[in-house]
Amino acid sequence: MWGYIARRLLALLPTLVLASLIVFVTVRLIPGDVIDLMLSQNDLTTGSKSREELTAALGLDQPMWRQYLTWISAIVLHGDLGTSLWQGVPVTQLLLARMPVTFELGLIALVVALAIALPIGMYSAMRQDTLGDHAARSFSIGLLAVPNFWLGTMVMVFPSIWWGWSPSVDYVPFLEDPLRNLQHLLVPGIVLGASLSAITMRMMRTMMLEVLRQDYIRTAWAKGLNERLVIARHALRNALIPVITLVGLQVPLLIGGAVIIEQIFVIPGMGLQMLEAVQQRDYPIVTGVFLLVGVAVLLINLLVDLSYGLLDPKVRMR
Amino acid sequence: MAAVLPHAAAAASDAPAPRSARRGFLARLWQGKRLGAIGGLLLLFFIACALLADVVAPYGFNDISPIDRLKPPSAEHWFGTDNVGRDVLSRCLYGARLSVIIGLAAATLATLISALIGIVSGYFGGKVDLVVQRFVDAWMIFPDLVVLIVVVSVLGPGMPQIIGILGVGLGISGSRIVRSAVVSVREHLYVHAAQSIGASSLRILWKHVLPNVLPPIIVLFTTRVGTAILAESGLAFLGLGVPPPSPTWGSMLSGSGRTYMFEGPWLVLAPGLCLTAVVYATNVFGDALRDLLDPRMRGGR
Repeated sequence: MWGYIARRLLALLPTLVLASLIVFVTVRLIPGDVIDLMLSQNDLTTGSKSREELTAALGLDQPMWRQYLTWISAIVLHGDLGTSLWQGVPVTQLLLARMPVTFELGLIALVVALAIALPIGMYSAMRQDTLGDHAARSFSIGLLAVPNFWLGTMVMVFPSIWWGWSPSVDYVPFLEDPLRNLQHLLVPGIVLGASLSAITMRMMRTMMLEVLRQDYIRTAWAKGLNERLVIARHALRNALIPVITLVGLQVPLLIGGAVIIEQIFVIPGMGLQMLEAVQQRDYPIVTGVFLLVGVAVLLINLLVDLSYGLLDPKVRMR
Repeated sequence: MAAVLPHAAAAASDAPAPRSARRGFLARLWQGKRLGAIGGLLLLFFIACALLADVVAPYGFNDISPIDRLKPPSAEHWFGTDNVGRDVLSRCLYGARLSVIIGLAAATLATLISALIGIVSGYFGGKVDLVVQRFVDAWMIFPDLVVLIVVVSVLGPGMPQIIGILGVGLGISGSRIVRSAVVSVREHLYVHAAQSIGASSLRILWKHVLPNVLPPIIVLFTTRVGTAILAESGLAFLGLGVPPPSPTWGSMLSGSGRTYMFEGPWLVLAPGLCLTAVVYATNVFGDALRDLLDPRMRGGR
């Protein structure tokens, strides 16, 4: 098992290198821009340095490949993502403070999505073509089309008009007051998880239907097992693997959605941090979030792969 | 003459065939996939709105009229007015124009890129495929919205940037679907036959591979229109979309309008409903197309 994980991590290396190259090239598309900006807006750190001095200080006069090597080795060896242009604080430190918030929001969204999608998807498949099935399918295909920022805005506006209640926008750290923290994050989590639950519900239904047609399910019925045993022991576990794969593939969408949701509900996570950095043109922070998001998605997908072994004993970790 | 005649006859007999085939397709769409057909009609409706915004919009998209500010929906203003008295219906219609342009342009670019990468990677296989696929892997870990935010923050907001990056971004991730179709077509007998009589790769790709992977490419294009419109509106919602005064559905839901939504909740409803309707339409239309055009995907419901 551990050897397998080590090998899988090793196999991630080429993807990680390419991903870091994508980040590097995207952000360095216009290096001159950063310098102009620092010269015009950020006299504090630049002092009276000339354009050439500044270029040299930032290492931008080096060839591209050497710039990349300097950048990536600082990250790998020292965890150094650079220093915020405006706050003068290491980016790593800023990100570490914000990351858990986004992570918690994503986790709540995931739990909510699965809690809605799995039971309804199973029900839909077990009672195929009944009224309930049609209702669930229409609901999920409709929910899939609703943009999460619209849903979030409506949740902010309408309850306050109708009942004078609106979701709280005062963030409280989890360790300070877990209950109020959860209260604050629950509504954003539901909004963020909505489209994920729609797509998961469809997949759950499809896979359940496919599994329920298998011979071993017929055998299980034939030998007189009750519905609970057939579904839970024989059908569900086999249907879950493609569903989990889909959820893994949706993780980038979840993180992208978190950027918007954090903005609507004023949640101080990485997404909000990135938007603030974009407005201030604080490129080291933008780069840092960009890279961190990629690495997080890769690691989550590794976890998804590892979970196959828990669900299905046929999958050997070799 | 004798050599020309059969050719002309063949051409003549060919000509009506595609038309009847197309009519047959529309009939099958309407009869078998009613929901998808309705989605298609809805899409046509929005495209018509976009094309005819100048004609059908009752007011200009930027006609400010302070006396009429924050009027609820009425006979004069079907969708009400916003905080400076602009007609929301007119702004939605003009917003459709931008959404449709961005959606179609980005989806076209994305589909071309997907087809190019997918066909090259899938047909030639080997080391090319390996390298290209690792790159696609790496690309796909980044959320579209995050990439959009980064690129717009570097290049500044504007329609060409948004179309360009959406096209490239969705194009790279969509290449997977084209590639898998190409890989299965590559092993068919007619491709091997063409290879063995010495046809060039380009000819095989153009004459044999492309026509056979066209169905998934068409489906990809349809669903990409919705994805692109949704991504653009998300960006506009964050204030990073096409700069004002051009109205977009996303920007109507953000910025100064948001402050007034508690006084005028209709401001939230109209643009959001437009967005939801378009995305819903591309989703169901794309699903129906997939079921009709792509036999491999059949039964996967």
